[in-house]
Amino acid sequence: MPDSLRKDLTERRPDLVAIADIIPREEGVRVLDLGCGDGSLLQLLRHEKDIHGIGVEISQDKIIKCIAGGVPVIHMDLDNDLVFIENDAFDYVLLSRTIQAVRRPDLLIQEMLRIGTLGVISFINFGYIGIRWQLMMKGAMPETKTLPDHWFDTDNIHLGTIHDFRNLCADTGVNVVREVPLGNSPFLTGLNPNLFAQTCVFVISRR
Amino acid sequence: MLMGKKKHNSRLIVEPRDFTFGETAEDALLLDCGKKLKNVNIRYEVYGELNAAGDNAILILHALTGDAHVAGYYREEDEKEKPGWWDGMVGKGKPIDIDKYFVVCSNIIGGCSGSTGPRSQNPETGKLYNMDFPIITIADMVRAQDRLMQHLKIEKWLGVIGGSMGGMQALEWLRLYPEKLQCALAIATTPRLSPQSIAFNWVGREAIKTDPKWLDGNYSDNVPNRGLSTARMLAHITYLSDESMKRKFGRVLQKSKNYSFDFNRDFAVESYLEHQGSRFVERFDANSYLYITRAMDYFDLSSATGGNLSKALAGVKGHVLVVSFTSDWLFPTSQSRELVRALLNNNVNVSSCEIESPYGHDAFLLEIDILGKMISDFLRIQQEVSRNA
Repeated sequence: MPDSLRKDLTERRPDLVAIADIIPREEGVRVLDLGCGDGSLLQLLRHEKDIHGIGVEISQDKIIKCIAGGVPVIHMDLDNDLVFIENDAFDYVLLSRTIQAVRRPDLLIQEMLRIGTLGVISFINFGYIGIRWQLMMKGAMPETKTLPDHWFDTDNIHLGTIHDFRNLCADTGVNVVREVPLGNSPFLTGLNPNLFAQTCVFVISRR
Repeated sequence: MLMGKKKHNSRLIVEPRDFTFGETAEDALLLDCGKKLKNVNIRYEVYGELNAAGDNAILILHALTGDAHVAGYYREEDEKEKPGWWDGMVGKGKPIDIDKYFVVCSNIIGGCSGSTGPRSQNPETGKLYNMDFPIITIADMVRAQDRLMQHLKIEKWLGVIGGSMGGMQALEWLRLYPEKLQCALAIATTPRLSPQSIAFNWVGREAIKTDPKWLDGNYSDNVPNRGLSTARMLAHITYLSDESMKRKFGRVLQKSKNYSFDFNRDFAVESYLEHQGSRFVERFDANSYLYITRAMDYFDLSSATGGNLSKALAGVKGHVLVVSFTSDWLFPTSQSRELVRALLNNNVNVSSCEIESPYGHDAFLLEIDILGKMISDFLRIQQEVSRNA
């Protein structure tokens, strides 16, 4: 089951596998996964590492899936409810492909670093060449595999680039510990992440 | 025989059982108020079978006016008989599947459905307790259930499950006997009764106490039915929601097309409440209502730790599922959240869900599909966890 889960996620959500690989193998690492969806990432982490993980999710249907899979999950709205978690309650606070859907990404990042020692964030890089190309050639908001919705009905209200994210961190006193850009060509992605990475995982901490 | 009458052989038939303890002073139940309750009877029902490993026992805890009869029927052929109060949830092939689990449900002490309560005989005087019955708490109810657990030779519950006041008992189980359960499911409940709920309880009790037939609790067969049914009608409103009442009754008139221009029942909702009130007095006792609502008033999981809920739950070992409902304004989600927060502070494996429902507090009895799926999944996983431990 863990092997097939890793394989499935590698195809479907490579960012989740990259995040899982960032979490250390120490016993009892406390992990909070914000917007945990059906709990896939926490499932993978539980199978591969000895973590104490809890998810946060707003969708009732996804919570039902988490419970069916044995993943502890709290019903909460990331825009309002995180205040109720104590300072430094977690070692790692994860946010995978969710930051673009919250009302104030900058405030959420601050909250993540209040309740956790390290934050791990993955997001869709709007600076990716394929997206730029669509915008340039069609003059319309891009629709891709990772951005399948129309501009008017998408949940993604705060799309940004790797470049934008770095600037936000610099402006708000957030320390970037690590960047893991993910793209089709490791060589090109390494050369210019903002242009060639489709998604990127950032590990952040308080400065 | 081939063309016999329609048979009810699909009915789950149960019979109530009794367990008595506390004949001696040492064996009596020491209560929070400092008094001892002697000759305690616990009326309970069991469903399914305890397996050899003893790891499939589930305790279901009933709400204020519930009883031990959680599912099934007492009689094979009785068209009028209604099944137990959570029949959709408990039974063969149901979410709490009695082919897999051994289910126990007992009537709380202080109640009026077979367990010792204010209308039981006081062994000291030979008369009914009435107002001489000691004040009991939710924790006292749980201590009595623990005695039943020992009697049934169950070492650890796979799960303790309760809604509303049953949820309060589940939380007391977590606090008092953390090592005796694998998981707790607290549904539509609260870690401490809110002033609003205390206020409703007060008015309900006042209705009973001001009924001339109450006689300071010493009524005989001529029971204070007016007061009790008023208490029930008031409480019933708190179990519904604005939306569910709109859906169910609207402003529909019960009998005529026009207002009667007097103070008799005009509206369907009035008629419904009156019906609920009069049915309630047939099955419930006024003094029990006083004692049980008082037990709820005093319920504050954090009272022994100076109001600190996290401290109160510091010993929790099991997993916890907390469920609330969007339209429940009696025990709203904000109160469940307090509980979740305190459990998180103790690194407990806690899950929570606020289920979308229009049915108000009563949703825990009505949202069988979605709540049932959650409960059956949670129990299945917990059994796996306990077997792998």
